[in-house]
Amino acid sequence: MTAIDTVAAAPQLSRRLTAARLPRWAPAAITVGSIAVGCAVGAVAGLESHLQWGLISALVFLVASYTASATVEGRRQAKDRFATSLVWVAFICAVVPLVSLTFYTVQQGLGAISPEFLSHSMKGVVGTLSPDGGIYHAIIGTIEQVLLATLIAAPIGLLTAVYLVEYGRGRLAKAVTFFVDVMTGIPSVVAGLFILSLWNILLGFEYSGFSGSLALAILMMPVVVRSTEEMLKLVPNELREASYALGVPRWKTILRIVLPTAIGGITTGVMLAVARITGETAPVMMLVFGADFINSDPFNGPQQSLPLYIWQQYSQVNNEFGYSRAWGAALVLIAFVMGLNLIARGIARWRSPKGGR
Amino acid sequence: MTSASPADARGRTPRRRDSRRGDSIFFNLSRGAGVLLLVVMAAIAGFLTYRSALALGKNEGNFLTTFEWTPDAAKPVFGIAVLTFGTLVSALIAMIIAVPIAVGIALFISHYAPRRIAQPFAYLVDLLAAVPSIVYGLWGVLFLVPHMGGLTSWMDQYLGWTYIFSQSSSGVPPRNLFTVGILLAIMVLPIITAVTREVFRQVPRMHEEAALALGATRWEMIRTAVLPFGRPGIISASMLGLGRALGETIAVATVLSTNSKLTLHLLDPGGGTFAENIALKFNEAQPLGRDALMASGLVLFVITLLVNGAARVIIARRKEYSGAAA
Repeated sequence: MTAIDTVAAAPQLSRRLTAARLPRWAPAAITVGSIAVGCAVGAVAGLESHLQWGLISALVFLVASYTASATVEGRRQAKDRFATSLVWVAFICAVVPLVSLTFYTVQQGLGAISPEFLSHSMKGVVGTLSPDGGIYHAIIGTIEQVLLATLIAAPIGLLTAVYLVEYGRGRLAKAVTFFVDVMTGIPSVVAGLFILSLWNILLGFEYSGFSGSLALAILMMPVVVRSTEEMLKLVPNELREASYALGVPRWKTILRIVLPTAIGGITTGVMLAVARITGETAPVMMLVFGADFINSDPFNGPQQSLPLYIWQQYSQVNNEFGYSRAWGAALVLIAFVMGLNLIARGIARWRSPKGGR
Repeated sequence: MTSASPADARGRTPRRRDSRRGDSIFFNLSRGAGVLLLVVMAAIAGFLTYRSALALGKNEGNFLTTFEWTPDAAKPVFGIAVLTFGTLVSALIAMIIAVPIAVGIALFISHYAPRRIAQPFAYLVDLLAAVPSIVYGLWGVLFLVPHMGGLTSWMDQYLGWTYIFSQSSSGVPPRNLFTVGILLAIMVLPIITAVTREVFRQVPRMHEEAALALGATRWEMIRTAVLPFGRPGIISASMLGLGRALGETIAVATVLSTNSKLTLHLLDPGGGTFAENIALKFNEAQPLGRDALMASGLVLFVITLLVNGAARVIIARRKEYSGAAA
């Protein structure tokens, strides 16, 4: 009996419990190999665009890792590896343009920025002929317009969110929720058209920073509502109930308990909304018009703003001098927006209510 | 309506009058803000419709099928055929490229990447959603377009038989709908990724572990547990991205070299989109020209409204995603 057992067991012992796997260094090796092949093919065929080199490498990588895995590990593992490779390729596909965008903007922008650039306007500068001039007027315009828009949109957005979370029941609240959601998707150019038809054509106001702010406020409101709503929902109900139990009226509970608890998240939401509207070009282009000189009065006459300045330097000046100034302004704009984002997220992390992300 | 105030409804104990008045003031104030939002939405639709009606009455051509956009000519003719085509095609290209990549990145962040990379990378993607579109436009025209030249001529050479990828004249800078589509794809990628990622994070851990315990590979686990659960999320995220791509103005205006020709050769410069057309034609437009632009704005408004509304309805069906909407 024992003899038969050992005979039967022998082939079992020789078979390994785990299936054959590619060695751990295989993906790395295939990556290096496929990049080499991609570069070689690209160089030999004389493809000028490095995009194509990358695409060829990616294709070679996908095919090579699939075949290697299929021969050694079997089809299911090969499919798994293929999916993993695809995900990594997607990751790289995303990283390349984004890194390129950031890097290129910083590289081009740093060359253009100087103290003079930041402290002068374009008044008296012939943009097409000289590298002089700056973005001081655009910075002032942007700050004033965004500030005005925030002053309009933040209170309305905040109150709407309070309504939706604290009072909102029934059809009105449902309608508001739905249309706030839909409103986040309004193209900025449509908001610009609306303010134009209402404010400038019907009511007869001139181009000014303020009419730009109105359009920006329309774009900002739904964003503020959404984020504030989420934050208010995170405030624990026990806090409200404790306050009611002490006989505090509802409005005081909201003002003294609910809003202060969520203030970190609300600030974050508002700042993210500010960051979003700071970069809007189309409504500003239609309503603020643009100016070469410093106009610090947002209620009278055309102003300038950073996105509009970039656009005008690109489309109207349209030569090396213009591009250089455009990149400088783009870098300042990105730095401003990113700074706002980072601060906002910092605040969110610092003062998020319990259960916050 | 003040009597409907919940504060009054539950005010069983006698209170000081001012607190009740405070309640009703605060309630009406906050409800007023909500109503104001609805009024703004209604006003946008109303004003655009009114101005469009003015313009359409004077249009000598067919608004839907005319290619030209000359509302300020002696014989005003304008139509949205080219704009509709350009808007839809560029947004479609953007979606075809962006959705699979965004799903890939979302999977990368939620299931593939090591934690140390995943967190900062997710953060980076969120930051990139905030890059202003004018900067994308500037990068697109000064960096992407010169680098697309090789790719487009290659596509012309080897894929030219498909008709849509053949170029009429080689050597022109590729400021065409295809490049615009790629740029839009890059721009909407962060939005789609952010929403999709949140959905993938909410896949019940038990489903994933059950699949793995049954011997599924990681890909089989994702195919059987993650993707089915996340499908509505992916769809709604894509539609949000689509809404963004349809309405994108200034990046398109910077990159595309426009004309009023409708051609299926996507690699030929030309065409236009609704938003781009409004932004570029706006400043020199006469009153009728402005109204005509508002008519096209109304069409864009309705399209984005439908797309976004549909996305929201899909999201609302699975309530828990609402927090992920950016």
